[in-house]
Amino acid sequence: MVELDIKHKRGSEPLDPLAIPKIACGAMADLKPYPAHAQHNTDLGFPAELIDNWKEVAIAKIGELAKKNRAFKVYLDICVKCGACTDKCHYFLGTGDPKNMPVARQDLLRSVYRRYFTFAGKYFPWLVGAKDLTKEILDEWYTYFHQCSQCRRCSVFCPYGIDTAEISMAAREVLNSVGMGQKYCNEIIAKAEKIGNNLGLNPKALRATLEDLEEDLEDETGQKVRLPLDEKGADILLITPSADFFAEPHIDGLLGYAKVFHQAGASWTISSYASEAANFGMFIGSYENMRELSLRIRKAALDLGVKRIIFGECGHAWRVAYSFLNTLAGPFDFLDQNYPIPQHIIEYTHDLIQKGELKFDKSKNDEFRVTFHDSCNVARGSGMGGIKGGQFTLPREVLKACCNHYFDMDRDTIKESTLCCAGGGGLLTDELMDLRIKGASPRMKALRQVSNENGVTHMAAICAICKTQFSKIMPKYDYEMDDVLSVHQLVSNAIILDEPEQNDTKNEDSVEK
Amino acid sequence: MLSIIYGVLFYLATFLLVFGLAMKIWLYAKTPAPLKIPTMPAPLTKTGVGFRLFREVAFFESLFKSNKWIWLFGYIFHVALLLVLLRHFRYFQTDVWWWIKIIQPFGIYAGFAMLLALGALFLRRIILQRIRYISSPSDYLMLLLLLGIAGSGLAIKFVSNTDIIAVKSFMLGLLRFQIGDLPTHPALLVHLGLVIILMIIFPISKLLHGVGVFFSPTRNQPDDSRNKRHLAAWAKELEEDEKNG
Repeated sequence: MVELDIKHKRGSEPLDPLAIPKIACGAMADLKPYPAHAQHNTDLGFPAELIDNWKEVAIAKIGELAKKNRAFKVYLDICVKCGACTDKCHYFLGTGDPKNMPVARQDLLRSVYRRYFTFAGKYFPWLVGAKDLTKEILDEWYTYFHQCSQCRRCSVFCPYGIDTAEISMAAREVLNSVGMGQKYCNEIIAKAEKIGNNLGLNPKALRATLEDLEEDLEDETGQKVRLPLDEKGADILLITPSADFFAEPHIDGLLGYAKVFHQAGASWTISSYASEAANFGMFIGSYENMRELSLRIRKAALDLGVKRIIFGECGHAWRVAYSFLNTLAGPFDFLDQNYPIPQHIIEYTHDLIQKGELKFDKSKNDEFRVTFHDSCNVARGSGMGGIKGGQFTLPREVLKACCNHYFDMDRDTIKESTLCCAGGGGLLTDELMDLRIKGASPRMKALRQVSNENGVTHMAAICAICKTQFSKIMPKYDYEMDDVLSVHQLVSNAIILDEPEQNDTKNEDSVEK
Repeated sequence: MLSIIYGVLFYLATFLLVFGLAMKIWLYAKTPAPLKIPTMPAPLTKTGVGFRLFREVAFFESLFKSNKWIWLFGYIFHVALLLVLLRHFRYFQTDVWWWIKIIQPFGIYAGFAMLLALGALFLRRIILQRIRYISSPSDYLMLLLLLGIAGSGLAIKFVSNTDIIAVKSFMLGLLRFQIGDLPTHPALLVHLGLVIILMIIFPISKLLHGVGVFFSPTRNQPDDSRNKRHLAAWAKELEEDEKNG
């Protein structure tokens, strides 16, 4: 089995998480995700299936994108093929397939762009590697642009900041425009646009789930820690990935947010209409779909009359929230301008810790020796705390406030250089498991290093996709599926809640601070 | 006859270079960036962005982080090219600026450095499997073109001298729209011919990276999306269309 080849046993010889593999042409050529059902394509405004005039439409779409998106045009034009990015993609490091080198992945589309949109490509195609668009090329796009998790690690290292994520998003939009949608993404977007979350969880089911969790919380803490749903007039609207309602270790993170809100005496609510932080519209490069999902959040905030919006632990959701929400669904002039719009739950908790309003019994986490996996979209696509690099320092400070044993992984694999979990960008689907396992090997090697050197047992993350991905693939690397933790799960374990008497009055009073 | 051909080609190449680059810059400038996509952590202010771009252009900061060998050869080549270009100013000035005079010898050393760095980049492109995989014929030819320019330039200086006074008066003449006599020295004709080719292909090739880097949204946007609403013109239209109906 493939898994066995890349498995790393405890105490084996020194590991290099970034070791460059030998090129293996075509190694991943046969791995592609399931195509979307006709209904899911049309739900999103795309053709139901491959259209007859796909060639004309695809070329026209490339031309349109080059006019609408400067990044796309400039990045297709200016790459000098220096090769600086060739060893930066975790999928290349894990598979050796040269088409998983960022520049080679871009070239799949660049060669066609050159053929139809540049002088050299029109008249001297052989010279600049320009190619006519064929069905084979279209299929190759489908394969390899679904082997990119849009993590942007390559863009950190490119001398011109060329971002393969931009090319991969555009390529998926081109594919969608000719009826070649991907099942996992399109099905989920259709669900979120109709029902409000990626799971298709209706308000009734959501309420029942939250009530169950409230009971668990009361059993655990002896206090009425609430998980309010659709409460008009609450101060804070929590937008969190729907995985937080049902998956492990996500739920434990949700319970952590609830305890923090409870302890702070905050008035908050979840919305059943916008019960999803994730925005898969980004993965398929669709401004329109991304906007539609974002507008649900705006509407929920208006309908509930909240003053603030806070996002739960979700990587790409936080990128969309932090970097795009103001563009897509702003201006948010109806919210309290004294708080960041939107705010991250880590920022919220961190702020309370700074003010001394949260107390922890760190020993509650002594069974864990923890490291932190910087989620790619948070690390390279967002910020926190209004300071440069806050997205790196804040989560670590929160972790250190509630854990006695914290260790970083190799510097070249964290912060802005972090390695993707290999499940992001719409690839968290079972038929791509082989890619997900191999693509995670650089991260797993970096984890194994700190396990060997510092006895690290657990890895915390602030992304729903990372958590799901790791709980699925870590067993292939000699870890347990529950060795990945939510950051707010550790907060939840260690937080000391005040006695109920004090809290009741606090809770009724919706004014905070 | 040869002088006229070279003279006309120089005008043509200059026109294509200036006009072509201006066109591309205008095109890049007017193409909107619909979303805020700076590669984080990014500077919080426009001044900070200025410094980030300066570090990219002056020191190749990201490339340094990425790969020390490419950085070394690439950096040597670009700095050497700059020195060599400055050294050539004297062919276009009647009264040569003092600092151009001072750098003359350094321009010579730079010529050799350029050859070495280009040679190293060329070898790298052939030898390293990953780089060979991503290279097209044009990628090799571009290096050969630059090697040819540097080599023929050094040949004029060290192998077979040309009448440099005549070359200068030819160039000064072109600046006054007069085509004078160009010495028919083989290395010189090769040198100038290759330079003309380089000027012509600049705006339609990957050499565009020289201006493109300033238009790269991942590098030229500040991290301020929560404070300032960013909206592309076409997205604004989309919103207004929706409001109106």
